[in-house]
Amino acid sequence: MIMATDGTTRSEKFPFGIASVGLRDVERQVPFDEPPPLAPNAALAVIGKSIPRHDGRAKVTGATLFTVDVSLPGMLHGRIVRATLPHARIRAIDTAAAARHPGVLAVMLVARPDDPASAIVRYIGAPVAAIAAVSAAAAEEAAALIRVDYETQPFVVDLDRARAADAPLVYGAASGPAAEQSEIPFLAGLPLNGRPAMDGRGDTTQGFAQAAIIVEGEFRTEVQTHCCMEPHGIVADWRPDGLTVHMSTQFTAGVRHELAQAFGLPLHRVRVIVDGMGGGFGSKTQLGNYGRIAVGLSRQARAPVRLVLDRAEEQMDSGNRPGTWHRLRVGARRDGSLTAISLLSYGTAGITVGAGLGNNAQALYTCPNVDSSQYDVFINAGPGCAMRGPGNTPAAWGLEQTIDELAERLAIDPLILRDRIDASPTRREERRIGAERIGWQRRRHPAADTGPVKRGLGMAQSLWSANVQINSACEVRVMRDGSVEVLSSVQDIGTGITTVLAQVVAEMLGLRPEAITVRIGDTEFPAGPPSHGSRTTASITPPARTAAWRILQKLLRGAAETLKVSAADLIARDGRIAVRDEPSRGMRFEEAAALLRTDRISEVASRSDDYAGFRRRMGDAAMALEDLGGVQFAAVAVDTETGIIRVERVVAVHDCGRPMNPRQIESQVQGGVLMGISYALFENRILDQHTGRMVNANLEQYKLLGPSETPAIDVIVLENYQGQSATDAYGIAEPANIATAPAIGNAVYNAIGVRLRSLPMAPAAVLAALGKIPSRS
Amino acid sequence: MTPKPTTKGPAAQPLSRRSFLQGSALATAGATVFGAASVMMESAEAGQSSGLPVIGPEAVMMTLEVNGERRAVQVEPRMTLAEALRGPLALTGTKIACNRGACSACTVLLDGVAVCSCMMLALDVGTRRVTTIEGLAKNGELHPVQAAFIEHDALQCGFCTPGMVMSCTALLERMPHPTTADVEGAISGHLCRCGTYPHVIAATLAAAKTRQT
Repeated sequence: MIMATDGTTRSEKFPFGIASVGLRDVERQVPFDEPPPLAPNAALAVIGKSIPRHDGRAKVTGATLFTVDVSLPGMLHGRIVRATLPHARIRAIDTAAAARHPGVLAVMLVARPDDPASAIVRYIGAPVAAIAAVSAAAAEEAAALIRVDYETQPFVVDLDRARAADAPLVYGAASGPAAEQSEIPFLAGLPLNGRPAMDGRGDTTQGFAQAAIIVEGEFRTEVQTHCCMEPHGIVADWRPDGLTVHMSTQFTAGVRHELAQAFGLPLHRVRVIVDGMGGGFGSKTQLGNYGRIAVGLSRQARAPVRLVLDRAEEQMDSGNRPGTWHRLRVGARRDGSLTAISLLSYGTAGITVGAGLGNNAQALYTCPNVDSSQYDVFINAGPGCAMRGPGNTPAAWGLEQTIDELAERLAIDPLILRDRIDASPTRREERRIGAERIGWQRRRHPAADTGPVKRGLGMAQSLWSANVQINSACEVRVMRDGSVEVLSSVQDIGTGITTVLAQVVAEMLGLRPEAITVRIGDTEFPAGPPSHGSRTTASITPPARTAAWRILQKLLRGAAETLKVSAADLIARDGRIAVRDEPSRGMRFEEAAALLRTDRISEVASRSDDYAGFRRRMGDAAMALEDLGGVQFAAVAVDTETGIIRVERVVAVHDCGRPMNPRQIESQVQGGVLMGISYALFENRILDQHTGRMVNANLEQYKLLGPSETPAIDVIVLENYQGQSATDAYGIAEPANIATAPAIGNAVYNAIGVRLRSLPMAPAAVLAALGKIPSRS
Repeated sequence: MTPKPTTKGPAAQPLSRRSFLQGSALATAGATVFGAASVMMESAEAGQSSGLPVIGPEAVMMTLEVNGERRAVQVEPRMTLAEALRGPLALTGTKIACNRGACSACTVLLDGVAVCSCMMLALDVGTRRVTTIEGLAKNGELHPVQAAFIEHDALQCGFCTPGMVMSCTALLERMPHPTTADVEGAISGHLCRCGTYPHVIAATLAAAKTRQT
């Protein structure tokens, strides 16, 4: 190692490249107080191995305590009274009967008839009032006694109708002029007043003029709901000396900030705890209206309050993946090189914004001229929010099918076209591996089968930013008896970060991962990252390794004194601290710990910048230089008599920097693929145009993929070393979900020779596309 | 046997919780209902019209045999088995995710048969033996299905896991040599948003092999 002249960094050589292709060294400047480079996985004892889940035993025995399982002494049960109309002004709320209910301890108004801003409800399911009572049943009874006097207003719950010139306005006339006066383009006759996101480069008019072929298509994606198995829930305990909440959240540290701000408390008076966390998928990143309500009820009732949404509330008011309409135009030369991409989209996140289409069209393929206009359209429906690969997942549906159409028009194999227009060496290798695994050479011309069941192969690509949370810290402690703890407020939402943290620290200290106690999900510990944007592993494993390395230096110094060697000559391996060149000379880890001057030593480390820098930095968040990729292949069978599509096999080839725990990654990629198949074939939030009501606000008519619709899934994960951090690890959750639906769409086209452009590809849509039944739209 | 019609028509007298309970007791008139009912008749009132005992709406005492233990528990007649397990019995391993039999997260065994505990009133359990996720491991030793779930990473967030484990356990009891399709069938009513189905199937097939050796 070479010290930099300023003494704050040193130069180190890191493994770089894709392991299956070949590694070389890359030189990086590393902060002086961070560990030396980590060897490729093949040379490691614990990292990169399929270590069983740390919390597996607790989860299979029912011992894990989820938020819905938390019960505090004297705890009350909260219940929200929700709007029954999609758009109305509340004239009065009569809570007298509810307040008289013997079990009720607090009644709270969420909408205030006397306040014009808060008296309007804009979707069915919007909170109007809330109750805290001695039991969930009593709260439900009392909630039914609350009478709300509504003055109805016109509403719209359909994306297309909301775009009509005479459509009812979700937010009234006030926001119209504001949009017109702003600098953002405002399309005439569009009463949506959402926020268009515009970006691009070059000149698409010129680009299309240079094109030999232009492919254009219109696509639709449905609204998908998160359907976390554990409902959104919170147990709020307001006390004079501070607030403690147990919450099923993807961002323990963030919820603490929100609570402090919402209730005017200093941060140190707010504690957020999450143990078991039953799935979030983007819908549990914030405090939410129910969180605020529960804390308000607890403050009012002077008792802990548990508030858990029921399944209908989950479906109506806990977020959703916005639905979109989008149009893509892609121009290319004869050799396939792209000359222009133009994207126009209208999406709806209900009463909120955020229905854009991410950056696939702008960033996945080499193209000098790109324009994109992404509009949010308000409708009278529950607010959307991030959901596994937000933006990029619906965007991939249109883009990847359009690229396939282009390949067909050019008479080029879709993989060869992508080899020409996709500059990423990682995805090139992923395409090669995936094609071999699925047997791409067997792919036939469209509609090759003559019988009623037609089979086809398709593929699509994923693009997702490699996100990092800078505001991420981790503590490692060693006690005199040799016990080791890792602490951070980071939460394990099922991705397995608990186990990965144990692996990182065990590798550094030469211990077995089972020997490491992982304490996370509590704001009493150093603030960890949110688990959204696929950033958990990238954000928290480098500080964990750095903290473990620093603590190891302390242990080595003590051992070196006893062993009469230099600390630099000692290594930690197999539960021992030993002389590197004379392994028999050393001591057990516990013996080294017993030499500590104090009962416990501790090191806290935080996430430093990626060693070669970030592409972009936005507050606490940053984007790594290289995006995360992934290529998925699908084999489908389409029954042209019933319209039923069966996905028979998926091959998913992905990259996430250094894979930390292959089996956990496999689990997560399978999950992404299955959520993608479900998005492609089954899921659809259906709103009744006449009442504004969600007609399938449950888990039986809102159809989710089940075991019998699960295909064989091959998961292949590259080791893609970048030399960017103490662990060089990035995320996987979202890339695994983005490419699935378009891969199936392309496979369905290959099977039947007709392209489906709207999600979900339900049987009726397939039959309509085949001309066997009339089209619904 | 049909419930005795009331003197007033159904339109004049909407179905109350009490008349529903009366009706269902009459309709099922089985040993299970009366077996349970006889245990907790102390606080029951006498029915006015039918002469049959009427339970509730206030809580009554009953005995449930859970995980090999007879447990006295106070339940409201409207309380489901899932609610009784999670509430007064403090066995929170059984999860409620949809509360209407659509996701099977609440699966427990009743005399070895997998049922949705959210779809059954606690009072209707009667003398049947209830096994929950907490009752599978014996003396700290995991059931082969539980061990295989860990080994094959058949869980992610873990919320649907207890229900999955119960159904797979019940399957192996009645079918020691299941095929992949058998396991798919056994968990076909279970929803897992994390997408653990492939690993659940692999784990259950592996557990079947372990049990044979």
